[in-house]
Amino acid sequence: MIQIMHVFGIWLAAFFTLSIFSFLYKDNPFYKFAEQVFVGLSAAYWLVYIIYSIMVPNLFAKLIDDFSGNIVLLIPATLGLMMLMRLHPKTQWLSRYPISIMIGTTAGISMLRYMKSDILEQVTATMINPFSANTVSGVLGNLLLIIGTITGVYFFYFSKKVEGIYKVPSKIGIWFLMVSFGATFGYTVMARISLLIGRLEFLLSDWLHIIK
Amino acid sequence: MKLSPVAERRIIFTVLLFAVALPLVFPIGWTTEISEYTRIAYRLIEETDENKVVIISFDYDPSTMTELQPMAEAMIEHAFKKNQRVIATALWPMGVQMAEQAFDKVCSHYPDKERGVDYTNLGYKVGGMVTIQAMGRSLSDVYPVDNQNTPYEEIPMLQNVRRLRDIAWISSLSSGVPGLKEWMMVARDSYQVPVTGGCTAISAPGFFPYVNEQRQLHGLLGGLKAASEYESLIGRLGSATTKMDAQSIAHLLILIFIAIGNIKAWHGKKGRQQ
Repeated sequence: MIQIMHVFGIWLAAFFTLSIFSFLYKDNPFYKFAEQVFVGLSAAYWLVYIIYSIMVPNLFAKLIDDFSGNIVLLIPATLGLMMLMRLHPKTQWLSRYPISIMIGTTAGISMLRYMKSDILEQVTATMINPFSANTVSGVLGNLLLIIGTITGVYFFYFSKKVEGIYKVPSKIGIWFLMVSFGATFGYTVMARISLLIGRLEFLLSDWLHIIK
Repeated sequence: MKLSPVAERRIIFTVLLFAVALPLVFPIGWTTEISEYTRIAYRLIEETDENKVVIISFDYDPSTMTELQPMAEAMIEHAFKKNQRVIATALWPMGVQMAEQAFDKVCSHYPDKERGVDYTNLGYKVGGMVTIQAMGRSLSDVYPVDNQNTPYEEIPMLQNVRRLRDIAWISSLSSGVPGLKEWMMVARDSYQVPVTGGCTAISAPGFFPYVNEQRQLHGLLGGLKAASEYESLIGRLGSATTKMDAQSIAHLLILIFIAIGNIKAWHGKKGRQQ
């Protein structure tokens, strides 16, 4: 029985993979069916997962086991219920409280972290002696890092009209930005091709057994 | 002969399909040059002492497993080769299954490795950055049991591991938020635990600036290419290496298409001018 279900699962996955790929030819009922099944299944999966993996062990089980010891859990439970009030127009205003608490807490936690990791550490990492590297390529890399950072940031300095001598760093900055956009595009292509490779490997290996 | 844009698109898709499928069936065996980012990550694991406990966080789901699963298998294998003990965690729910699959595959080559002694899977926890912060204070509070319901205190390899500072290195294999960035921001920047990791190719350019003089990240594996580089560093013929032929052919083909597109556009412009 397990073997039959395994084979059935592979055929089902192959059918949905080909249905999604069929959109490359043109929009068709197979694609629409696969898309809708995917959306429905994802929503159902997440709902069940959240209930059984988050709400049951972290809230319901604890309240049932020891209500008085875990009475503090009623606060997040109430806030969660208040969030659901958004579904009813007359009680919609209640959801603003949990949302504001969430945004406030997230901003408070993240602000310090981002300040340290994305500003202080990054600025420190750029303040380097370019000639401290042991190799010529290392020195060149350090110089490029410093010039690229300064001119790249300068490109976004809009408080002064970019003309005359001020145009030079801005022009250099845009070259650095273009090179980085090109690299990002290359990586994006690699990621998309990887997804295609993954699906083709499944079709050729698990489904058709052409490759081992 | 003039083709409609729709027909042109279909030709491109068909050629791309064959360009990717054929190298999978008939591998070429091209090698890739190993980048410094991969070498730094490799050195971190290579230079860590035996018996140290490390964390590999599975912060992805099956949609990106083509890129990230080979990295996970290679890193687990490298840690096993160095006799390091691996804790698997997950900030994404499906990461738990990804970790199990990776352990199963690697353990088939290392039958002496034992669950609870050499590796364990602590499972998924919701909360992202807040969870990592709590792990910095007490791991057993965050993970009272592993994913097989074994109490934390009864797992032999965790006897001397109380908080994040007891971990030798952390690797987050990440395809979004929460993931590598959260580990770096909390574990490295707050608790000074070395953090390395891997990400999908699409998010790699955003992470490269963190591999810097400050060692915010100890190297980075970006996409399938980096996974194959890591496999060649540890001497493993894994799935990333075999997939790189298809990747390389596809890139060559896209370069040719870009060149043809530009020549066509140039011809069109010239024709209009005349």
